[in-house]
Amino acid sequence: MAAALQTAALLSASSNLIDPQRFRVGLSARSLIGRRGSIFVVRSDGRTSGFFNAKSRSGNLITNAVATKADASTSSTASKPGHELLLFEALREGLEEEMDRDPHVCVMGEDVGHYGGSYKVTKGLATKYGDLRVLDTPIAENSFTGMGIGAAMTGLRPVVEGMNMGFLLLAFNQISNNCGMLHYTSGGQFKIPIVIRGPGGVGRQLGAEHSQRLESYFQSIPGLQMVACSTAYNAKGLMKAAIRSENPVVLFEHVLLYNLKERIPDEEYVLCLEEAEMVRPGEHITILTYSRMRYHVMQAVKTLVNKGYDPEVIDIRSLKPFDLYTIGNSVKKTHRVLIVEECMRTGGIGSSLRAAIIDNFWDYLDAPIMCLSSQDVPTPYAGTLEEWTVVQPAQIVAAVEQLCQ
Amino acid sequence: MSAYAAVRIPSPALLGARSAGEKPYAPFVSCPAAHGLHRTHLRSTRLGRPLLAVSSDVLSGQKSLGSNSSPSHHAVVSREEALVLYEDMVLGRVFEDMCAQMYYRGKMFGFVHLYNGQEAVSTGFIKLLETRDSVVSTYRDHVHALSKGVPARAVMAELFGKATGCCRGQGGSMHMFSAPHNLLGGFAFIGEGIPVATGAAFSSKYRHEVLKESNPNGLDVTVAFFGDGTCNNGQFFECLNMAQLWKLPIVFVVENNLWAIGMSHLRATSDPEIWKKGPAFGMPGVPVDGMDVLKVREVAMEAIGRARSGEGPTLVECETYRFRGHSLADPDELRKPDEKAHYAARDPIITLKKYILENGLASETELKAIEKKIDELIEDAVEFADSSPPPPRSQLLENVFADPKGFGIGPDGKYRCEDPKFTEGTAQV
Repeated sequence: MAAALQTAALLSASSNLIDPQRFRVGLSARSLIGRRGSIFVVRSDGRTSGFFNAKSRSGNLITNAVATKADASTSSTASKPGHELLLFEALREGLEEEMDRDPHVCVMGEDVGHYGGSYKVTKGLATKYGDLRVLDTPIAENSFTGMGIGAAMTGLRPVVEGMNMGFLLLAFNQISNNCGMLHYTSGGQFKIPIVIRGPGGVGRQLGAEHSQRLESYFQSIPGLQMVACSTAYNAKGLMKAAIRSENPVVLFEHVLLYNLKERIPDEEYVLCLEEAEMVRPGEHITILTYSRMRYHVMQAVKTLVNKGYDPEVIDIRSLKPFDLYTIGNSVKKTHRVLIVEECMRTGGIGSSLRAAIIDNFWDYLDAPIMCLSSQDVPTPYAGTLEEWTVVQPAQIVAAVEQLCQ
Repeated sequence: MSAYAAVRIPSPALLGARSAGEKPYAPFVSCPAAHGLHRTHLRSTRLGRPLLAVSSDVLSGQKSLGSNSSPSHHAVVSREEALVLYEDMVLGRVFEDMCAQMYYRGKMFGFVHLYNGQEAVSTGFIKLLETRDSVVSTYRDHVHALSKGVPARAVMAELFGKATGCCRGQGGSMHMFSAPHNLLGGFAFIGEGIPVATGAAFSSKYRHEVLKESNPNGLDVTVAFFGDGTCNNGQFFECLNMAQLWKLPIVFVVENNLWAIGMSHLRATSDPEIWKKGPAFGMPGVPVDGMDVLKVREVAMEAIGRARSGEGPTLVECETYRFRGHSLADPDELRKPDEKAHYAARDPIITLKKYILENGLASETELKAIEKKIDELIEDAVEFADSSPPPPRSQLLENVFADPKGFGIGPDGKYRCEDPKFTEGTAQV
């Protein structure tokens, strides 16, 4: 099953960001690799090769790098410093750097060791660090997650991988009652510096159980922090920040983003877990998004720019708590908000975000906040139905046009 | 010969013999661990075995071999050790009786699960542990906390919901923690503590093998306590598997008090002899008379020693009984009077007292003095708890996140925790 997942991810990752119809079936991994050179690459700072105007290329867009250097604003040409890698390799690089830095950092999960992880995020780490630091666990999600919590309480900094985010539902009790609450119920005596991470989201016809949008499930657990990565650059920086945080952090990765390619700095950098990322500054409307929907938004933005709109795009990244500072400043500038998410419509991140904006920035709004979420259905298998489950770029264009009337 | 040896994992030949129809182990009622080589051969076929012969000897109508134990079978205890055990058990008993009083007087609320009757298990195991060893408990955790050294004042104040409680009033009866004593909790749901305990044991092994933190005394040991009801839960089996797979320094202690609230163990479990599930995972399983602290202690010593020396986990099933209902809210209508009377006659504190007096380890006066000392300690704990302040409102939002940045960033760009109003509990989070 893991192999099947991985193949699905390989087949569908970067490619469908440009054209969801294009590589649907029958594309071999080899032919995909052959096309990689021409794959559309979105930079973490919002610059895509030649897509945006000069304004969006200004070098001061990254406000989120803590330890990074100016290099982050270099362009994507190969002659520039830094190194190019895929998102899953960036996660692996972040993990490896932290394991080198701190011997208390360890990994546990299904097939994380010898197999290298179902999406190869932990590839080679077992060889380097040994079987105890990169622990292959039996298929017992509740117990190995609980074990990670016990290890975290007693001084280690475990990174627990859910082979698929959906499997973490089997560990929900441990994540909620122990991960989230133990620091509080112990009166602050015990810390749970654990990272729970794994591939989630709607993939490419993986069926309902493997295509979960769990952000809504986790967001009301007290004491749990949630962050979603979307680029190789922020994947690495957020992985490192999550490991260093004293809080339990759920790091959401997306099955379809693992093969995104990006040039990232050679120097070490750590991002701030609580900060949103300005993807594209603009004046007309604030589009708030995260994870894979960032790319659907950027596709829509291409059309919108051609139609004369100047949208501001923010990747909120921190799903809990929200960076209301960055978001608020944007709302005060544009006075219009569109939220685009892959989370469930009912009780999802978008619902909470909309409520937070209304509570805090009502006076600045010139139009009702619109929220485009995925449908409240178990993700269907059929490609057409699955596509209609999540928000598509055309819907985003229409929503912006409606809001900016 | 060690009592323990009687229940070691059988050799393959023995396993073969077992599958051929011969059962090498004694049934629970005969308490083989406590009686060394005492073994009874029963037919191994499920249907052929008298079901009621397991667990409750009252139900089976048999005389308990464990209750009229002779001192010669006990591990040798010194006078000092015996008095430590006696004091700890009396402490547990008096504390819990006081909890019932305070509950009925409206000083504490919620679900309060008392440990009366099971003291021999907590005392027998925990008094053998060092501070660096960990204990993971259940919702019935007051006495485990006390045995591990958490002051009665701190536990009582926690139950009163006061700021001076061991968890600042944020945990309560079912969530007792103490970092300095390595008490990892108080877990209120069935089974969830076992994985956490397994994780603590993993940490211990990790410190030894990865971090190379050497300790001349061996590995830090984790003892996980849970009940018979938990042994039908998947986490129990999953963790037995992982613990033995990685030879973790942990002891799984089943406090089989025969009842999971109102569900009789015999009605809930296909094979009620829980200790046999140890060998199924490749680890020793030991049944022991959990109403006799010296027998518990003897088994505990060997199990903890095994864990400490890196030989791996052990499953110990202690036959015990709670003298009160499941919680103070339980009407306790299902347990039969003769069953209760039978176990009341095996009261672990009276049993130890008898042993101490018969063996001349201490005089009646000395034991009375201990009881008086404990009475005073508990009175003091109640006074302390009663006069302690309740948590201030500002405490409400503390400790949600260890790293306060998790509270988010305010409109001024500062972390909300930096807002001066934050500690007053009025800042919106």
